[in-house]
Amino acid sequence: MKISPSFLLLALCALPGHGTGGQVEFRRDILPILSENCFHCHGPDSATRKSGLRLDRRDGAVSPAESGSPAIVPGKPDDSALIQRILSHDPDLVMPPPSSKKSVPAADVDKLRRWIADGAVYQNHWAFDPIRRPEPPDAGGSNWPRNPIDHFILRRLADSGLKPSPEADRAALLRRVTLDLTGMPPGPEEIRDFLSDREPGAYERVVDRLLASPRYGERMALPWLDAARYADSNGFQQDGDTHQHVWRDWVVKALNENMPFDRFAIEQLAGDLLPSATIDQKIATAFNRNHLLNGEGGAIAEEQRNVILFDRVDVTATTFLGLTMACAQCHDHKYDPLPQRDYYRMMAFFNQVPETGMPPGGGQYRIAEPWIHAGAPAEMERLAALEEAARAASVETPELARARDEWEKSIRGLAPVSWVPVRPVSAESDQGVTLTVEEDHSLMASGPRPERAIYQIQLPKSADPVTGIRIETIPDARLPSKGAGRSDSGNAVITRIRLLAGGAPVPLVHASADYSQGGFSAAGAIDEDPATAWAFYPDVTTPHHLVVQASSPVPAGVDMVFIIEFQSVHTQHQLGRFRVLASSSPEPSRRAALPQKVVAALAKAADSRSAGERALILDQFIDTSSLPAAVAFREARKAAESALGSFRESLPKVMVMSDDRPRKTHVFDRGNYLTPAAEVSPGTPECLPPMDPSLPANRLGFARWLVSGDHPLTPRVQVNRYWQLFFGTGIVKSSENLGVQADAPTHPELLDWLAAEFRGSAWNVKHIHRLIVTSATYRQSAVVKPSLLEVDPENKLLARAPRLRLSSPILRDLALSASGLLDTRMGGEPVYPYQPKGIWDGLSITKERDFTYPQSTGADLHRRSLYTFWRRTVAPGNMFDASTRNTCSVKPSVTNTPLHALTTLNDVTWVEAARALAARVAGEEPAGNVEAWISGAFLRVCSRSPSAAELAVLHRSHAKALARFQADAAAAEAFLSVGEAARRSPMSRPDFAALSAVCLTILNLDEALNRG
Amino acid sequence: MDPFETHRRHLTRRQFFGRSAGGIGAAVLGSLLRQDGLGAERSVLTDFAPRAKRVIVLWQGGAPSQVDLFDHKPGLEKLRLQELPESVRAGTRLSTMTSGQKKFPILPAIKPFRRCGESGLWLSEMIPHTGAIADDICLIRSMHTEAVNHAPGVTFFLTGSQVPGRPSLGAWTTYGLGSLTSDLPAFVVMTSSDREKSCGQLFFDHYWGSGFIPSRYQGVRFRSEGDPVLYLSNPDGMSRDLRRSMLDDLAELNQLHLAEFGDPEIDTRITQYEMAYQMQASVPELTDISREPASVLEMYGPDVQRSGSYARNCLLARRLIERGTRFVQLMHSGWDQHNNLPTQLEKQCRDTDQPSAALVRDLKQRGLLEDTVVIWASEFGRTVFVQGDVANPRHGRDHFGACYSMWVAGGGFKPGHVHGETDDFCYRIVKDAVGVHDFQATLLHQLGLDHERLTFRHQGRNFRLTDVHGQLVQPIIS
Repeated sequence: MKISPSFLLLALCALPGHGTGGQVEFRRDILPILSENCFHCHGPDSATRKSGLRLDRRDGAVSPAESGSPAIVPGKPDDSALIQRILSHDPDLVMPPPSSKKSVPAADVDKLRRWIADGAVYQNHWAFDPIRRPEPPDAGGSNWPRNPIDHFILRRLADSGLKPSPEADRAALLRRVTLDLTGMPPGPEEIRDFLSDREPGAYERVVDRLLASPRYGERMALPWLDAARYADSNGFQQDGDTHQHVWRDWVVKALNENMPFDRFAIEQLAGDLLPSATIDQKIATAFNRNHLLNGEGGAIAEEQRNVILFDRVDVTATTFLGLTMACAQCHDHKYDPLPQRDYYRMMAFFNQVPETGMPPGGGQYRIAEPWIHAGAPAEMERLAALEEAARAASVETPELARARDEWEKSIRGLAPVSWVPVRPVSAESDQGVTLTVEEDHSLMASGPRPERAIYQIQLPKSADPVTGIRIETIPDARLPSKGAGRSDSGNAVITRIRLLAGGAPVPLVHASADYSQGGFSAAGAIDEDPATAWAFYPDVTTPHHLVVQASSPVPAGVDMVFIIEFQSVHTQHQLGRFRVLASSSPEPSRRAALPQKVVAALAKAADSRSAGERALILDQFIDTSSLPAAVAFREARKAAESALGSFRESLPKVMVMSDDRPRKTHVFDRGNYLTPAAEVSPGTPECLPPMDPSLPANRLGFARWLVSGDHPLTPRVQVNRYWQLFFGTGIVKSSENLGVQADAPTHPELLDWLAAEFRGSAWNVKHIHRLIVTSATYRQSAVVKPSLLEVDPENKLLARAPRLRLSSPILRDLALSASGLLDTRMGGEPVYPYQPKGIWDGLSITKERDFTYPQSTGADLHRRSLYTFWRRTVAPGNMFDASTRNTCSVKPSVTNTPLHALTTLNDVTWVEAARALAARVAGEEPAGNVEAWISGAFLRVCSRSPSAAELAVLHRSHAKALARFQADAAAAEAFLSVGEAARRSPMSRPDFAALSAVCLTILNLDEALNRG
Repeated sequence: MDPFETHRRHLTRRQFFGRSAGGIGAAVLGSLLRQDGLGAERSVLTDFAPRAKRVIVLWQGGAPSQVDLFDHKPGLEKLRLQELPESVRAGTRLSTMTSGQKKFPILPAIKPFRRCGESGLWLSEMIPHTGAIADDICLIRSMHTEAVNHAPGVTFFLTGSQVPGRPSLGAWTTYGLGSLTSDLPAFVVMTSSDREKSCGQLFFDHYWGSGFIPSRYQGVRFRSEGDPVLYLSNPDGMSRDLRRSMLDDLAELNQLHLAEFGDPEIDTRITQYEMAYQMQASVPELTDISREPASVLEMYGPDVQRSGSYARNCLLARRLIERGTRFVQLMHSGWDQHNNLPTQLEKQCRDTDQPSAALVRDLKQRGLLEDTVVIWASEFGRTVFVQGDVANPRHGRDHFGACYSMWVAGGGFKPGHVHGETDDFCYRIVKDAVGVHDFQATLLHQLGLDHERLTFRHQGRNFRLTDVHGQLVQPIIS
């Protein structure tokens, strides 16, 4: 093709705002020029503003600058310093300065001149303006439009002297819409049905069928997972696995149920803060917990926590606001009216999470707090039943109530138990924990933090008989969260306490504590069940004590060894600092000084106690009474709690959001967390409509503000991304940024119409998708006419449908679907389909854990790509062009390299699918009818029958392959042995291999790799 | 149509647009280039006469101790095991592995230094082969970085940002300069680790990722076992002949489709499939070292015989460079000596010293060093004070970013030159500090790329490798 300069000029004129005549519009024509060339030094960022001049606001531009004369004299371009400086040849005067390596093109200078001549009228950046619903333009009598979308498209085409393309042929259209809405090709029956349905509305019926398909949610989840940087592991060294797939399933379900987008947004951003939040609503908030977690040795936790916060702001801003908030982290935004303060005010919404910034150590799974137990619906039902049983088991019977009344009377007036601190002779641990005796006789743990440990403490011979032992926890600033335990939360979980006297075990008959974490009562520390234990979260920074009572007093002068076991599934939950005391008072545990809270509760009249106080008293009684009724109650309750506890432990732990750790938020000087500046309160960017004062100043308020009626960005951002999904490019090409530096919308009024329609339909996502795919615009042919290619090479005006390379996850799904291998089971734990040998070997560089790829077997090899385990450090080898799932990504990358060709030609996935496709079509068509076989395979992949010319090539290809495989039986056998799927077919081996080879070619056709 | 003819035609068109870059509306030019598969957002070509065309990064992951290898401080011997003065130490960022230490005793270099080459460069006797090329290297003793942990440190050096997600050095380079060959990837990555696997540093894909620029610019990882490039081999039972024949048929079918749909992308696809076929031959040829003369193999040392070793990767780097690969990144892990400095440091030197030096000599002998930059670098250095108990052999040095050393050879970097100086305690830079962005700017400069103009528009902003930083380090280039 010869390219002439006149053609280039022609192309140039076709683009908006590039004409030499016509009205100059500030936001379309001028703002991009000022933003690109001037705002870096004369824009919103006050810190780097030069000469006190700002050109992003009219008052700044027209008032005298430091040099005395105004930059812009409205109506007088030649008197305006702006123009003079741009045109200056003096290197000291010319703007932008030579050091910026920028210069303003002549066409842009011309626009600036005309704009100043017209009075230099400023406008808001369009995306910050309220959304109005424009009237669809008149179609000028054309009967082409099918819905309002087409009116907007047609008008731009007509303005450029273009006409839309004819409708795509029906088979192509069916393939396009089926792939777009479900990520899978239509089957032969679906093709036949559609081609034979000549009634009006046939296409719309297909669309409705596809929108109702469960495959729809799976397909639509893919871009959302990219935005949410979803992965099944934490990233970085150790790259611990996570259970975030529960959130992935939430997304699929929400999309399939057509959850209105406002709810979709609110639940993901702040579901945990909704009144009576359900488990599902909490799971939704995992959106903001899909971040990287760095557990590298020596990493500074607070630094990592701030990295996570920055990421959270970035992901939320990009996904929902389409703003590059990250640019305001270190300084005021250079282009958008986003002062640095706005960044940190927004960050404050997310800065209340009880998180340390680091994942816990040890094991394959590394789940950082806060998290919740959550599983599949059936599992959640069982959990609810067990919870109910546990609740029922904790309700007092009348008989028990009477006994408790008696007990209440009896415990008043008991003498206090006296305790003597004991200085341990020695103390050691089985896992290398160092236990040091401090001056106050307390023990301090240091050194490694093993998953589990046992402390063995040698006590001195006692001068008096010992009736019980008491452990006092001592919070210490040297310990995590300034608690008394060694876990990141400052907690410890004591699974068992044992006492040896003279080498023989002393039965412990009773245990009590001043405070117990819910579900972790003192009794759990003296039974043999490691699933029950005593713990004291969240009150980790207050001293607590646990008392155990011996069955009979240990005589004076006997060597005693006191053993504390930490064998919980809560790893690293060992005591960090504590003291051991002994008593010779009788019944020390049963008579243990009552916890303050119990004393206070008992002091109240029975009928004025709260439910919590009643429960407190009951617990105290149950824990200390040996009455049969109390013991039976205790046992039953313990059994119910234990059943609940162990089932809960078996459930996935999903990292979710929580506001349980209020923190102050500061602006960070230059974005560095080590240099905090002014404190800020949570708030939304000032350039956007303010939050309704009735909304809470937290994430929930923020989420509600995002989807409030007058928000200019949220609906625009989303409909633009829907457009991108169906046309490859958004109406605003920079779909990740609708700020001042965004690409100009190709069809601004259409964008606003769609945004208004979206909001007006109560955020009905399927409604917008349906509108788009039923439009005449969408239904056009994808044939690329050379004349169109010259006038509109990027297809901005949509005079044809785009041809789009299918994404790699969808290409894999297509191969599996066409071949019949696909297993359509939805949801659940991620699976491990074929990957190249040793794909993760690079990770097993230390012996910390085994990184052998645990390849699935059977049907799990053939689940949809969505369910493939996504290791953040090593993405699946065959998912080329995929987002890295490290940071938010809302614009897919589509490239075309030899490595992609190698993947679809040689990966087991495709070779096996080709064989299964061959077996499938050979089983459907008459034996020996090669052409029918080939046509059948072609239909399943390309949704049409091959032309005579294509069939001829494929038939010839088959003959060549057959000859080779007939000559080399071993090669045929080898080729048919790739992959684990069945290799049954009545065909001869050479026939089977040859047809498989042809199917592999078909799967690699450009037409197969694209949707046209 | 002959796929090679099609490909050649594309190259010609690219050159046409490349030359016209100044005179045509950028948007239109971009749109047209897109059809060639060339990034529409590409905004810069070679700006000034380049001194180098190719780059080899010898990444020394884990952070080698500059105190023991490069930064000669004979005065420290007198201060052995004395406390590092608080006045020296105050305010430096340390990792949490030592920031809580109560004592900071000085540990001088564990082996003597000696003068090397005509330039008289002081280097540790543990790296004699590097000593032998002292007159070819430019040693920078005044590197510094913000990071205190490996992953953020490596990410910073290789992508310009501590947080993963930006394009890597190699991606920027190939994006800026394109490819020199169609038979091999333009950007290749190989990995190795110390035999004892004592280091524990992992290599993440983002160290050679393309971030937000098109993924074709990401590094292609060559593996030491199985296919060197993922999915390179034909499936079992598919001979090269049969593959050729199937690809011919595929091309014919795609041509039929092109005739009907007219989409230039189809044309590109045909070319890419042909290139894939070529690569299936050229990659195995590349990794087959059986025809290397014995003298060359000897130069790299006995480890060269072991697939996946650092030495083998160095040799392959030369073979790649010879065959037109633009950017080779060797990722080696082995230097994280927190608690095994007395034993492991010397072993690490033995593994890497000879092959690194051999690569420089080999390139020089072949006239390739002139326009190839070899970078020997790491994410940071190590502390002058000891980590752990010096009386116990299990001691070492912690991470340290306030000053460390690296070297560069070839590509117009000043040979036999030392740049920068640290204080008597090897703790602070006293002269000619070089930040990571400064080095990156200088490297791009040698490749003929202006780091302020090599940009990619993303989220409405022109992103650079060097963010908003980076100063050309004039004294290290000739």
